Amino acid sequence: MQSTTYHKASSAADAAAKLAGAEDGTLLAGGQTLIPTMKQRLAAPTDLVDISGIEEMRTIDARPPTVTIGAAVTHAEVAASAEIRAVCPSICDLASHIGDPAVRHRGTIGGSVANNDPAADYPAAMLALNATIKTNKREIAADEFFQGMFTTALDEGEIITSISFDVPEKGAYAKFPNPASRYAMCGVFVAQGGGGVRVAVTGAGDDGVYRNADMETALASNFSADALDGVTVSADGMLSDLHGDAAYRANLVKVMAKRAVAAAG
Amino acid sequence: MSTVSMTVNGKVVASVVEDRTLLVDFIREHLRLTGTHVGCDTSQCGACVVHVNGKAMKSCTMLAAAADGADVTTIEGVANGDLHPMQKAFNDNHGLQCGFCTPGMIMSGIDMVNRYKAEGKTLDEAAIRAELEGNICRCTGYHNIVKSIQQAAGEM
Ligand code: FES
Ligand code: FES
Repeated sequence: MQSTTYHKASSAADAAAKLAGAEDGTLLAGGQTLIPTMKQRLAAPTDLVDISGIEEMRTIDARPPTVTIGAAVTHAEVAASAEIRAVCPSICDLASHIGDPAVRHRGTIGGSVANNDPAADYPAAMLALNATIKTNKREIAADEFFQGMFTTALDEGEIITSISFDVPEKGAYAKFPNPASRYAMCGVFVAQGGGGVRVAVTGAGDDGVYRNADMETALASNFSADALDGVTVSADGMLSDLHGDAAYRANLVKVMAKRAVAAAG
Repeated sequence: MSTVSMTVNGKVVASVVEDRTLLVDFIREHLRLTGTHVGCDTSQCGACVVHVNGKAMKSCTMLAAAADGADVTTIEGVANGDLHPMQKAFNDNHGLQCGFCTPGMIMSGIDMVNRYKAEGKTLDEAAIRAELEGNICRCTGYHNIVKSIQQAAGEM
């Protein structure tokens, strides 16, 4: 890891000021992606601004109709939140399968969403739940936020402070993990709520998380796994690597979508 | 360089370190507590697991500076005169061969037992295997590790 200067931020405003004062600074949340990336020298920020301890970003409010999760809340905390589980268990289950227990104790929802790894789990949930990403400057709808792999609508120096979404009537996530890395080779989050049915796919597409409109249309009139039988998922635009080729991943999208719908009930 | 201070195994320690110092290097190189191991340095193996404020974390994937003010427990700090029930269980069940992964296995084992107890959930064999996702052992084939954690779960 190259030399860097560490700063601890006490609030989002403090973090923004520290970031603005740095030559080439970056935010450090749980660090479960950033630290390994820095060790490989794929990132070498001059300054790290640690936002993991900011109290205002560590709260959970799951009083219906809206669930709001602070950006610095860890995966373990989401997984174990009785408050969230009571209204939206699918997001707790999703969080409980990210990485491993030690990683979940440190990794945060804000970090995962900001990174927009093409195989991460949270982006699929955010897109399917039509979440709003709140930053220190504005509110961004998930549809605008995720802009292709590792790319988001965040401006330079903009900090995610929380994430919120309306409690869905139904929702579930089905994931086919890579047996070695446990990242999603395909993960599908299906949600039915006020805005209709939304289906978001992670891990499979070659440009990060995306919505499948054909599945959404099929499920809007008939919310059942059978309704997806007639939907064709093209191998175009699917990731293809040693873990699975594009045709295999296209098939996984349909299989995981059916499992998610069945689990959502 | 920054002064990093924390409580490790009940003792307050402080050291001036480069900001990029990993927690595991702080523990091994500065405190000379070499029971915490580095197996992979890429967040996979769990040999470096310690408890930070009571929670299992990979000390190779955390900066020492981020643990400033924290309460850290390493493998050296779990025995209290007698072996900890988790250590005794690994001994009783031959839960190790070369022993390289063992400090991390014990720290993760204690963490999972504590969490399941706090949440009132049963830590059965399947749960232990799932919980060991982030701890790799290249010797034992895991069976005796699972048995060890099962025994300790009944005694803790
Ligand atoms: S050395 Fe930390 S996970 Fe392997
Ligand atoms: S006992 Fe040798 S690696 Fe586990």
